[in-house]
Amino acid sequence: MNVPENLKYTESHEWIRVEGDVAVIGITDYAQDALGDIVYVEMPDADLAVTKGDEAVNIESVKVAEAVYAPVSGAVKDINDDLEETPELINKDAYGTFIYSIAMSDPSELDGYMDAAGYKAFLEAQE
Amino acid sequence: MKIEPDQLTAFEGTRPGAPGYRFPDADIPTGKASVPGTLRRKTPAALPELSEIETVRHFTNLSRRNFGVDLGFYPLGSCTMKYNPKLNEDTAALSGFSALHPLQSDEDSQGVLEMNGRLIEGLCEITGMAGGTLQPMAGAHGEFTGMKLFRAAFRARREEKRTRLLIPDSSHGTNPASAHLAGFDVVTIPSGADGMLDPSALDPYLDDTLAGIMLTNPSTLGLFETSIQEVADKIHGAGGLLYYDGANLNAVMGRTRPGDMGFDVVHINLHKTFSTPHGGGGPGAGPVLVKEDLLPFLPVPVMVRAGDGWKRDWDRPQSIGKVSGWYGNTAVLVRAFTYMLSMGGNGLKRASDLAVLNANYLLASLKDVYNAPYPGPCKHEFVLSAKKLKDTTGIAAMDIAKGLVENGIHPPTVYFPLIVHECMMIEPTETETKDSLDHFVDVMKELRELADTDPEALHQMPQSTVVRRVDEVRAARSPVLSHMMIGDRPD
Repeated sequence: MNVPENLKYTESHEWIRVEGDVAVIGITDYAQDALGDIVYVEMPDADLAVTKGDEAVNIESVKVAEAVYAPVSGAVKDINDDLEETPELINKDAYGTFIYSIAMSDPSELDGYMDAAGYKAFLEAQE
Repeated sequence: MKIEPDQLTAFEGTRPGAPGYRFPDADIPTGKASVPGTLRRKTPAALPELSEIETVRHFTNLSRRNFGVDLGFYPLGSCTMKYNPKLNEDTAALSGFSALHPLQSDEDSQGVLEMNGRLIEGLCEITGMAGGTLQPMAGAHGEFTGMKLFRAAFRARREEKRTRLLIPDSSHGTNPASAHLAGFDVVTIPSGADGMLDPSALDPYLDDTLAGIMLTNPSTLGLFETSIQEVADKIHGAGGLLYYDGANLNAVMGRTRPGDMGFDVVHINLHKTFSTPHGGGGPGAGPVLVKEDLLPFLPVPVMVRAGDGWKRDWDRPQSIGKVSGWYGNTAVLVRAFTYMLSMGGNGLKRASDLAVLNANYLLASLKDVYNAPYPGPCKHEFVLSAKKLKDTTGIAAMDIAKGLVENGIHPPTVYFPLIVHECMMIEPTETETKDSLDHFVDVMKELRELADTDPEALHQMPQSTVVRRVDEVRAARSPVLSHMMIGDRPD
C-alpha cells in the first residue's frame, strides 16, 4: 500500500500536508480502495468554521457514503473544484488529489497524528 | 440501451380505439347530467388503450423480469426474505378489511379495530412491552416515531438538554438518519474487535446530556449482544432510554424479549419477521411498542378495549400526534396478524430456532471457503468477507454477488455492515429446505473456484439475465430516472 513519507495521517484515513498555517487534506490510498469507485464529493463552503472531528466532507462511492473528518480546527480555505465533475480523480491519485484545506487556528492539534511509518503499522494491525 | 417491444410503457404501446371492455348503457344519470360543468374535463383523460390480453401480457412480461422469494433462494441479509404464506392473502382480501372506509364509525369497524388491538397485544407479549401503535409504515418510520417518543418523554421530564444519542458503528444507516431527523445529536460508538458492543465505550457519554442508545440485537453481524444487561443498566443509570431496532427480532422470538433486556421503545418490521411481502420499497409496517411510562406519548388514536368491543381513543393530551394519514398499512397488518395466529406461540419460537439453525448450517459450510471474520455460532444471519479473495484474485464481493445472479440466486447484502471489508451478509431464513441451502453452498464453492481458474468470466457475470452487469458509476453519476430520459442520457 502506497504511503508517502512527507504527510501526516489520521486513524480515519485522512492525509494532511502541512503548508505553514494551512492543512491540506485528502484521503489515503487505502481509503479510496476501500470505498471503491467514488461518484460524488460533497464539499464544505469556503470560510466555514470547523472544529477538529467535525464531518466536513461527505464522499459517496458505489458502495457507501462516508464522512471525511476535519483533522484540525479552523476555517475552510480552498476546496478542490475539479472533484465536482471528476470525483474519480481521488481513485486515480489519492495523494495527488487534495479535497480541501483548513487555515488552522491551533496547529498543535496536529501533534497526535501518525507519520508514514506509524500509519503503515496501523494499517498492518487492521488486517 | 436497446428497447424491446415489451419494454414499452403501456402509454407508449397504446392503440387508440382498442379498449378491453364496452360498458352497457347506464340506467342512471351520468356525465353531463350529474357533474357540474366546472368540474368536467375539457379533454379526455390520456389513459392507455389496450385490449385485455395486451394488458395482461404487458404486466406478465414485466413481472418475469423481477425476482422474488416465490422464484428462488433470496438470502438478502438483514431483509429477512422469508416465504409469505398465501393464507395471508386470503384474509387481507376479506371485504370486511378491504372494503372499509377509514372514516367509518368505531361501531361499524369493530372487526378491524379488534384486529388492530389484538395484533398490538400479541406483539407486546412477544416483545415484553406494554402498548403500542400500528401507524408507522416502515422500519425507519418506526425509528422516527420512536425518537419522537424519546423527545416527548424528555420534554415531560423537563430534560430537553438530553440530546446525545449513541449508535454503534454496525447499525443500520436508518438509525442515525432517524435520530438526526428527530433532532438528536448522533454519537457513533465503535464496536470491539469481536464485533460486539463494548459497554466501557459508553462511559464518556453517561451524563445529563445523554438521550439514550439505539441498538439492534442480534446485531447486524448476526451476533447477540451479550452485554445488553450491563448496557441497559448504564444507560438507565444515567437517565437515558434504550431503543430496540427490531429488524432482527426474527432470531429471538419465544427465546428472549427486548422488554426483558431493558429496552424502553421497540419497533418491529412486520414485513420481515411476520411474513408480509416486501422489496421494491414496500408496503411495509413498522409498529412501535413502548413500556408503561411511555404510553401517554403514543400517537393518537390508541386502540383500547371498550366493554365487549374496541374503540379508538383520541383523548391523549400528551400524544405526539398522528404519524400516518389514517391507521397504517392495514392490509399488511392483517397479513401479519394472520401469520401470528396461524403460527401460534410455539410456531413463532420454532421459526426463530430454524432461522438460527439454517444460518449456522451455512456459516459452518462456507467459513473455510470464504473468510468468516466472526466465526460463530451466529444467530439468524452472518457475514463473510471477500477481502482476502479480492487481494489474491481480484474477485470482490460484488463479483460473487453477480455470479449468484447468473446462477438464479438472489445475492446476499453486500458492503454492509460497513465495519467488515468486502462484506457479504447472508440470511437464509427458516423457510428454506436443506436442499436449497446445499445448492447455495455448492454454487458459492463453484464461484470461489472460478475466482482462481477464470476470474475474467466472473467479472463478466451475469450473462443470461435481461440486464447484464450494470455500470454502477454511470448509474450513480447520470441516473436515468424516467423512461422518457433514455434517449437523453449523456455518454
